Formats: sequence, C-alpha cells, structure tokens
Amino acid sequence: MSDPSSASIVTTPPSTMPTEAGSGAPVDAGLPENARREKPRGLLGDAWRDLRRKPLFWISAAFILVFVVMAAFPWLFTGGDAVNGSLSNSQVKPSGDAWFGYDVQGRDVYARVIYGARASILVALVSTIGTLLIGGTIGMIAGYRGGWVDALLSRFADIFFGLPFVLGAIVILTTFNGADSNNNEWQIMGLVVMSLVVLSWPVVMRLMRSSVLATKEADYIVAARALGAGTGRIILKHLLPNCLAPLLVYGTILVGSFIGAEATLSFLGIGLKSPVVSWGIMISEAQNYIRISPFLLFFPAAFLVTAVLSFVMLGEAVREALDPKLR
Amino acid sequence: MRVSKRASGAIALGAAFALVASGCSSSDDGGDAGNSADGAITVDGTEPENPLIPASTTETGGGKIIDWLWTGLVEYPNNGGAPQNILAESIETTDSKVYKIKIKQNTKFHDGTVVKAKNFVDAWNWGAYSPNGAQNSSFFADIQGFADVNTADPDGPDGPQKAPEPKAKEMSGLKVVDDWNFEVTLAAPTAVFPTKLGYSTFMPLPDAFFSGSAEDFGKKPIGNGPVKFVSWENNVQLKLTRFDDYQLRDKMKIKDVTVKIYQDDTAAYSDLVSNNLDFQQQVPVSAIAGDKWKSDLTDRAVSSTIPSTGIIAFPIYDKRFADPKLRRAVSLSINRQEITDKIFFGNRKPADSWANPLTPGAQAGNCTACQYNVDEAKKLLAEAGGFQGEMVFYYNADASHKDWMEAVAQQVKTNLGINARAEGVPTFAVFRQNINAHKMKGPYRAGWQQDYPDVENWINPLYVTGGSSNDGQYSNKQVDALAKEASAAPSLEASHAKFGEAVKLIDQDVPSMPIYFQLQQSGHSEKIKKMELTNVGELDITSVEL
Amino acid sequence: MGRYLLRRLLQLVPVFIGTTFLIYWLVWSVPGDPFAGKCGDRRCPDAYINFMTEKYQLDESIWVQYATYMKNLFQGDFGSTWNNREVADIIATAYPNTLKLALVALLIEAVIGLSAGVLTGLRRGGFLDNLVLVSTLFLIALPVFVVGFVLQWLLGVKWGIINPTVSNEMRLSELIVPGFVLGSASMAYVARVARTSIAENRRADYVRTAIAKGLPMRRVVGVHLLRNSLIPVVTLLGTDLGALMGGAIVTEGIFSINGIGRAVLRAIVTKESATVVSIVVVLVLVYLLMNLVVDLLYAALDPRIRYE
Repeated sequence: MSDPSSASIVTTPPSTMPTEAGSGAPVDAGLPENARREKPRGLLGDAWRDLRRKPLFWISAAFILVFVVMAAFPWLFTGGDAVNGSLSNSQVKPSGDAWFGYDVQGRDVYARVIYGARASILVALVSTIGTLLIGGTIGMIAGYRGGWVDALLSRFADIFFGLPFVLGAIVILTTFNGADSNNNEWQIMGLVVMSLVVLSWPVVMRLMRSSVLATKEADYIVAARALGAGTGRIILKHLLPNCLAPLLVYGTILVGSFIGAEATLSFLGIGLKSPVVSWGIMISEAQNYIRISPFLLFFPAAFLVTAVLSFVMLGEAVREALDPKLR
Repeated sequence: MRVSKRASGAIALGAAFALVASGCSSSDDGGDAGNSADGAITVDGTEPENPLIPASTTETGGGKIIDWLWTGLVEYPNNGGAPQNILAESIETTDSKVYKIKIKQNTKFHDGTVVKAKNFVDAWNWGAYSPNGAQNSSFFADIQGFADVNTADPDGPDGPQKAPEPKAKEMSGLKVVDDWNFEVTLAAPTAVFPTKLGYSTFMPLPDAFFSGSAEDFGKKPIGNGPVKFVSWENNVQLKLTRFDDYQLRDKMKIKDVTVKIYQDDTAAYSDLVSNNLDFQQQVPVSAIAGDKWKSDLTDRAVSSTIPSTGIIAFPIYDKRFADPKLRRAVSLSINRQEITDKIFFGNRKPADSWANPLTPGAQAGNCTACQYNVDEAKKLLAEAGGFQGEMVFYYNADASHKDWMEAVAQQVKTNLGINARAEGVPTFAVFRQNINAHKMKGPYRAGWQQDYPDVENWINPLYVTGGSSNDGQYSNKQVDALAKEASAAPSLEASHAKFGEAVKLIDQDVPSMPIYFQLQQSGHSEKIKKMELTNVGELDITSVEL
Repeated sequence: MGRYLLRRLLQLVPVFIGTTFLIYWLVWSVPGDPFAGKCGDRRCPDAYINFMTEKYQLDESIWVQYATYMKNLFQGDFGSTWNNREVADIIATAYPNTLKLALVALLIEAVIGLSAGVLTGLRRGGFLDNLVLVSTLFLIALPVFVVGFVLQWLLGVKWGIINPTVSNEMRLSELIVPGFVLGSASMAYVARVARTSIAENRRADYVRTAIAKGLPMRRVVGVHLLRNSLIPVVTLLGTDLGALMGGAIVTEGIFSINGIGRAVLRAIVTKESATVVSIVVVLVLVYLLMNLVVDLLYAALDPRIRYE
C-alpha cells in the first residue's frame, strides 16, 4: 500500500494493493498508439471494439444476464415455493421432483437458490458499486489534490482501516436493524449495503490514490495541462480511464467476497432475516449438515462460484480491453 | 440455573439426571489402578465468565470447576435420587422453619485450614450482602433477615438512584452454635430448603477469603472439594489436581485434570474423535446431525438425560397474547415429535409435561397443551377470534436455535394459517435485556434446567406472580395460592401434591409451551475406562478411572 | 527524508487517538446491557448489575470512560475483563499466537500465490491459467468455515494426517493447515497480481533485450522478470499481514488457537470495551507502522521514488 506522504513527489508507479496496480498505470506505452489513429473514438470506443471480439466477454456477459434476470424475475425459472416447506420432506435428497433436494426445513432447494439470487447479487453488486464510487472519488481527490487534503483523507482512511469488520457491522446493523425494528426487505438490504460500503472503502481509496499519484505526472497529463485542459477534463478524460483498470479488477473480486460477507452477517443474526433467502444464508444454514447432506451446501455454493466467476471474467475482459499494453 | 455460554444462553448443558450407563468400553474391569494413580486427563470447557467464587457464578464454564473444587452440606447423587448429606453430619428440623445443621469434624480446605460452621455462615452472609454483587444472592432469600442485608434499587439498575446501604451485614437467621454446629432460621417454613443446600451458592469459604480481597480469591480459589486449583491461563486452560487431604466420599482416582478452553465445540469434537481430548460433555450440532456422533465414537459415546426443558414462552403482557385460547391453539399446532425427529435426529424428546419428568415430585405427561391436535387448534383459534398481524418467534442467534425455532414457526404458519416466522436476536445479552424489559413482541425461546432436584424449582420461579423467571408476566391468583401452600407444606410429599394441583391450572392457561426435553450427548477418549456423569450431566471427576 | 519521517510519525498521533476513540465509541454503542445475559434465563439481581456497573464506571459518560481508559493506558494498564482478568495478560498470550499463524499464512500465500501467478502469467489464457483462476476463486467464494471444517475433518479426523487442533505450544508443523485456510482467501489476489505484473513486464523492453541477447529463459524469468514484477506482490503481502491478523477469527475458532481474533469477538459480543480497544489498538499500531515501513521501502527499492 503505497502511502507516499502528502507531498507525494512520486514519479513512478509504486504499484499497489490488491491488484494489478502495475497494469493500472499504463503510463506511456499505450498512448501514442491512440494518438496516432486520430479517430474520434476514445479509449472506451477502442475497448468496446476489442471486447466484441472476445468469446470470454460474451460468455461471462451471458451468465451475468441470466443471473440478473433470475434476480429480477425468479418466477420465470421456478414454480416452487422458496419460503414454505414441510418437515416431512426434511433433507430429502435431489430427485426428479426436486432437482436440488429439500433442506432441513423441507423447503425446495432449487426454488431457494433461484430466489436467493436476488438478495445475493443485489447486495453484492450495489455494495461493490458503492464502495468503488466512494473509495474511488475520495482516492481521486486525495491523489490529485495532494498536500494537506491528501494527508487528511489518508489518515481518515487509516482510522477506518483499523476497524474490525465484525465490530463495525454489529454496531451499524444492530443500531438500525435491531430485533424491534420493523424494516422491510429492501431497507435491510440497504443497511447491509451501507455497512459493507462503510467498512470497505479505504482499500479502494488507497488503490485509486496510488494509481492517480502514479499517473498524474505522466507526460500526457502534463501535456494536457499545458494545453490548457481544466481540472474536470483532466480527471474525467485522462486520469479516470487510465486509473480504472485496477479498480475494476479489485471490484470484480470484491463482488465475490461481499456475497460471503453478507452470509456472515446473516449468520450473526444482524443481516437479512427470513423469509428473505440468499445464497450466503443457505450456505451458512447448510454448515451443520455438511456431513450428511452435502448437496445443501453444494448447490448454493455452485451458483455463488459461477456468479463470482462470471463477474471476474467480465472484469478481466474489460480490463484487458482497456489496457492498451496488453492488446 | 446454569447457562452454558457456548451452546448457549440456553439451557444447554446442565442438570443431568444421569442414569449414565456410561457406554464405557470396559467398565467391567474397573480400570487399572496403576494407570489412574498418577494419570492425567484433559476435558473440554469454556472460559469462566466470572471470578471463581461459588456465589458469583451461574454459567457452566465456571460452574463445572466450582462443583469440582467444592463439596457442600448435601450432594445430589449421580442417579438423580434424593439429596444425601455429605459434609453435613445431620440436618434437623421440626417445623421446616428452624434447621439445626451439624457438620463433619476436621475436614479441610485446600490451604489446610479446617472447615468450621462459621465458614458457612460467613460465606452465606457474604453472598447475600447486596454491595458484594453476587449473582446468586437471591438463593439466600429464604433466610430470615435477608431483606436487611440485601436492598433493592428503588428505580432499577438503570435509574439514577442508588440502592440504599443495607441495614445489617449479617442475616439474623444465621447463628453459629460452635465450631461444628449452626442454626438457620427461615423467614417462612420451606420444606425444600435442605434440598437447595447442595447448590453451589451454599458452599463454605475459607478464612483466607475474608482476610484478602474477593477478586484475588476469584483468581486463585481455595475450596474444600476433591479437586485443587493449580492455575488459570486466560482463554487457554485451567489446571487442577487431586486434593490429597480430601476425606469425604471418594478421592479422585486420577491425579491431574486440565480443562482446555475451546471457543468452538466442533474443534473440541474433532479432538475427541481423534483421542486428543478425554471428555466432551456435549457434542456439537454438526455431529448430532444424522446421528453421526454414534458412529464416530461407537462405544465411546455416552447418552444421558438431563432435567432440562426447551420452552417457548409467551409475552402475556402483549394484548395479542392475552387470550389463553390463542396460546393453547398455538401450542396444539406444534408437532413436537416431528421436530425432535427431523431437527434433533431423535436426540431430544418431545415434551409432554410442565416440569421435567426426571425431577422428584414432577408428574409425567401432565401437559395436555403439548399434544399435537390441529383440528382442536383451529377451533380454538377461531374462538379466540384469530390472530392479527405477524407472529414472530424470537431466539438468540449466538447459539444453535435457528433450526428448531424456524420449524416451530413453519408449523404454526402451515397449521393455523397465521403469518408466522422466526427471527434471531444477535446476542443473548440483547435478547435477555428485551425479555427483562418486557419488550418482546412475539413468543420467544426460553429454557429451564433445574437448580436443585425438586418440582418446586419448576413452578415458583416460572409461573408464580413475580417469580424470578416469570418473564411473560403470567399471573393466576389460584396458582399463586396453591404454590404458596405447597412451598410451606410440612413435608415434601404434601408439597409435591399441592404443586400437582397448581400445574393443572397452569395447563389450562398455557403461559408457555414446553417443546422438548433435553438429552445430553457426551463422549470420552479410549483412555478413560470408567466414568460417571453427575445429576447435572457434568463429568463426576472422582469416578474417572484410566 | 528525516523531515518526512518526522511528519509521518507526528501524523500517527491524531490517527491513534481517532481510532481508539472511534472503537471505544463503537463498542460503547453496541446495544445490550453487558450483564443482562449473565444469569441465564433468570433476571440478574440488581445488586449484581449495580456492583459491576460501578466497578467498571459504566454509569459515567462516554467521555469520562474514554479519558479514564486512555489515562490508564498511558500508565501501562490495559484494564480488566468482566471476569476480572488482566487484559494485558490476554494480549501477551494471544498476540504471539496470532502473529505466528498470520506469518505462516503469509508464507503459504506467497509461495502458492506467487508460483501460480508466475506460471499463469507466462502462459496466459491456457488451460493451467483457467484452472488456477477457477480454483483460487473457488477458495474466495467458499466461506472460510467450510474450507476449515472440511480440511480439519478429512486431514485431521478421517485420515489422521494432522492433529485436528493446534496445541498450546503452537508447533510450526501444526500451523500449516490453519495457515493455508487463513491464507486461502488472499491467495487469489496474490496469484492475480503476480500474473498481471508478470504478463505486463514480459513485454517490457528489457525482457526483450535479455531474450535477444540469448540469455537462457530461466535466467530471463528468474532474474529479470521476477525481480521487476515482485514489487506490487511484496506490497500486497506486506499490507496483508495486518488483515490476516485481524481476520483470523474463524480460523482460530476452528483450529482452537488462542489468538486475538477469538478474544476480540468474544469481547465484542460481551461489550468488554477495555479488551476490544486494547487489542485493536495494538493491531492498528502494527498496521500503521507497517504502512510507514512499506512507504519507506519504496524509496529504498526504487531510486525514482523520493520523499521530501
């Protein structure tokens, strides 16, 4: 985690935390190529042209589309009841009637997995986007402005960084989502998202900040500034596209860990509450029965891994398309 | 009521009526004396939550150790029978009000001092004196003069006012006669008093306790039992050893005991299965699932019953639950047999009586509201005018109660058409705080395990107006009157009969719903050749042979 | 350099105070009376609650409590737990254990993650690349308790290869499996960072030059490529130590290791502010100092970076 002081006289990419920060600093290699073409198409246009040719992109996009539809319209996939069951079906193994079997309460696992997509994907996606937005913005400001602003924001992030996740989550969620609160499904999801974002933004902030530090002294930025480009233009047109890659990669992996984090919160009794279903809840419910009914764990875990993989693949494809050096 | 933190908040491990036909592999050969004499074992445990002082401990982690370190006036036999004198030579009374207690002479504390009558009297006075803040102080409430040493806070612990300084430091009902005799005068006749004396609160304390500070004592306790304290490493282990000067009953046959502290009972179980741990009192839920523990442990598995019941209580202060017909309807719609079969894999028994049937004085099968009768339930619900809104069943999410509470909610929903669901409250502390404050908005998980073996312990605290655990604020004047009569009855038999009448009324009102009777699933290592469980399901350390 | 160091050290002071107060405030606002659940399914006597409240000054305002705590802290008194044990003792026994576990995890993570990263970075898009991607992601997506439980059961109980739990001596051999479980979540990050870094530097001019010079591939990869690709990986590993130490709660529970994760979790649930704050404060200090060291290392590693 590079944290080269307020003064930030950094002249080279001190690559950073959880990812390809190195790659995220495409300092000089790509640009001339772009410039030479002199077409109105920008970096993004290029990337799109590149993406269209990749099977990896199409496969992962297709999967994500399926998951999104599943989250929005679960009834298209199953006519089963995800909430009610009967103990007489408890732990019945997968069969023709119930493809994925029944859980301990005798509920249809297939229906639950389908209905679980909504909470899992929504919470994970929104939290990831929120984390990237907040962390990214603060990181951008800190990195670009430097000086005391940077020092202040960085130390502020340090304070949050020291917080144990469980402690922060318990406090936030029990305060707003205690036993006697009457929050509906959406409010609870919002609170879970909020606590995930509040506790995860410092990493993204650092990532963004070091990318910006590495990029902002690059020749093309200096050139843009010399040509009289405003701060807004420099940030949006030049800095952002070049600093986005590490964030994207980190973000896609983050989606996976957030699905898991949501499970942990539900497990502690401070996250989603029944009758809302999520893959995380299903996995933690299956915990005690791993030895006798492994399918209870297998199916939600398989969906979870597939979803995470799709997001990571997509992120990978997008990143490669964005990074001219890897073309 | 002891509460295990880990399995917990609940009833968890506790009073075990141990028929303990301990499934020991070779209990016939009785072990090898040579192995036992300087043998050492490791048993599982949790970090004691309080300083190790008898009157200050109510949870199993520390309670188990206190039970080993101390021997009281009476003891509860492992087979669950009537209490027997052990340190007491005799306990005599003519009116159930004044008790003359004579103790055995020249028994010793671990520091070599002699156990005298004043050690009891001083210890009890210390426990009852409210500024000392002992958790078990209410156990002394039977004794005359308790109100003078234990003052209530006028506006509760959260209010700004402080409790007044007690008028006296000693209860007027306690009198030392000589070194070996003392006399206890109760505020009112109580036939069950001698039975209570085996509870750990009534243990004697050595002179060293009174000359030093209680806090320091709690770090290095000195008892008078078969086991002596050696050391306590935070969150790691407690080391104990045999007390060679012990003269009561059996001495411990092995030498050293290590109580290893586990945070996670599956970790302890893995150690148990691979013989790295010598005894685990309750195997984890993941091992009970599918009855796996029996095949994992084979002849090392020990099944026992403990007088402890899983209950769901109604918040009767909530108007929606004020109608006994509604409460009865809900209770009748629960299929207890199916829950114990499917959720607990037969390792619990469906409850069918109000007091646990293992308790002396309890009558089996006297809970008519515990039957499964959907038609009757629907009829009663209709008579009660149905139920408006959502019925939420609450449990504490820091222990494994989710599965069975969800099953109950689901049955109520399916059978009665009430919009029911179960919801976890993050910690037992918050859960308990809401219960104490009478803020529960739906039926909630409760549990009860007896403190001492008598049916009185299942009625007075739970169903009498103002009872110490009558959290739902159930109140029936007739029940109160009968319970009062029963408590003051001249003999235990008469007392039990009266309690029986009270239970009949309780059964009509259904202030709570007994769901299951607890069974305990323990296991031991191959090293242990012989062992027994106490009436509270703990390892009887003196019985262990290697 | 000297000025920079001094400035950074001075900045530690407000961060330290801010963090301790934030944590103190958080624990303080965890709902629930810490003593309400102490007496099982029976209401605790008021006398007991009053006694404890007074003893730990819980009736004072948070400012007074925090000030008292800090005052004692500077005198070396970390406070005591509800069962009247010294928090300092808990820290002294638990910290080394967690540190050992985290270091083993870090080592395993580095070895596996790095070799996977190098292999896949050199052959991007191949079968091996995808296999590594899927398996590391699988480890991320599966909750730690599942990975830990399955490994413990199979290796420890079923096949008897390892002891199911770690003994109090914390032998190195016993820590391999717990270390793997703890490190499993970060392994994917390391592998991917290494992979990208290698893939990128492979196209660098100096690598092309080295190959053109006719150097053997092993030397090109080992000396030129690896060395230059290591910086981001090392950074990641360096900062991960703190995360591993703070995130070992579940692993410590499964393998029965007496570490700070267990202690903190227990203390959070029971609202033992002194324990939570003391443990976290030490963790934050470690983390802040590591951060500073990493920043200074940059300058040492790469002459192009300079601090004023």
